[in-house]
Amino acid sequence: MSPVGRDPEVFPPYLYDAYRATIRRSPAQPPLEITPTLSELTGPGPALSAVIPEDADLTRNAGTGGEAIGERIIVTGRVLAAGGVPVPRTLVEIWQCNAAGRYRHRVDQHHAPLDPNFIGIGRCLTDADGVYRFTTIKPGAYPWQNHENAWRPAHIHFSLFGPSWIARLITQMYFPGDPLQALDPIFNSVPNPNARARLVAAYAHDVTQAGWALGYRFDIVLRGPAATPFEPFERAARAGR
Amino acid sequence: MTPRRLTPSQTIGPFFHGMIAGAANVLVAEATEGERIRIEGRVYDGDHAPVPDALVEIWQANARGRYRHPVDRRPIPLDPAFVGFGRAATDETGLYWFETIKPGPVPFTAERRQAPHLNVAVSARGLLDHLFTRIYLESEPANAEDPVLQRVPAPRRDTLIARRAAGAGRAVYRFDIVLQGEQETVFFDL
Ligand SMILES: [Fe+3]
Repeated sequence: MSPVGRDPEVFPPYLYDAYRATIRRSPAQPPLEITPTLSELTGPGPALSAVIPEDADLTRNAGTGGEAIGERIIVTGRVLAAGGVPVPRTLVEIWQCNAAGRYRHRVDQHHAPLDPNFIGIGRCLTDADGVYRFTTIKPGAYPWQNHENAWRPAHIHFSLFGPSWIARLITQMYFPGDPLQALDPIFNSVPNPNARARLVAAYAHDVTQAGWALGYRFDIVLRGPAATPFEPFERAARAGR
Repeated sequence: MTPRRLTPSQTIGPFFHGMIAGAANVLVAEATEGERIRIEGRVYDGDHAPVPDALVEIWQANARGRYRHPVDRRPIPLDPAFVGFGRAATDETGLYWFETIKPGPVPFTAERRQAPHLNVAVSARGLLDHLFTRIYLESEPANAEDPVLQRVPAPRRDTLIARRAAGAGRAVYRFDIVLQGEQETVFFDL
């Protein structure tokens, strides 16, 4: 059991047969437990801040002057460290397919139109209370090759760095009421149903803007050490003076 | 203590490349202090087939062994021309590379140091969470005393040591990442 909480009920196993690509890519050896050192308790998160406000509006950030086609949505939420402390000014990156279910990516062969006004990439920093906010369009479902008649439920990919190397998280946000979730091996790779439900954003009428966009709320809690184990290094710093 | 309701991970999938535009795998500028090194290698799966859709990320200390992070409060200067973070996507042959500097040693405890190393996170289609590993450099005397390397069973230690490429004009280190099977890289539970 990991000392900092890679709980096997919450985090998917590396080998999950129903998601075929895991079969030859999952390590056969169990990961080796190590005590976090300064190397893992630090991380790039606090240093990554190169964003401009336009990056957070995926309906306009293609730079064409035009607007993306689709159901306009606002996705917002808080980024918290383990224990519930907000993580201010931390980088949140997202990527997604367009409203027709097509990524702007050389590998995506799905027979669905590209949208010239949509690149599907956004980034922003959380504010002082750990809140991020994106304007985008609702992504479509898309087929994939995993099994017969396989479709990914609508989702937005999220990448976060948080306060430490341990906190690194890459995940996917899903939409409420999507019948494809029950059929999706990636979604269902999360063992515990309550943990799985935390990947589904909540429709938030208070976020919805009248006449403009539907609102969704998606909070993110990052891994990390529960206590503050920094004493040895502070002692070392004092000793070095 | 309140229960920690952590957000589960999901695979990065095959479509992440737009996120890493720019020279994210060149960590050095002209003014960066320290010995230039190039790290390169391939990511392989359990059939020893190259993995063409992996993301390799590194995090390291500067040449003097200081991390650019508020938790590292030791009185060692930061390098204004060095952050210490890089990321690279593998190409169709599974190849990734970084241009960086050799990191200085960092503490393990107040009394003990770690050998120079780079912290690595590997994400890919087919990985439901990233994998943590480390890159150590061949021929570093401190490797023999490194407390993390010593935790690794001796027969598997070599998987964490980048090999200096023979005859290269400058320091080029080879570090392959094997996700599964023979010579499987040691990954850490953090
Ligand atoms: Fe996707």
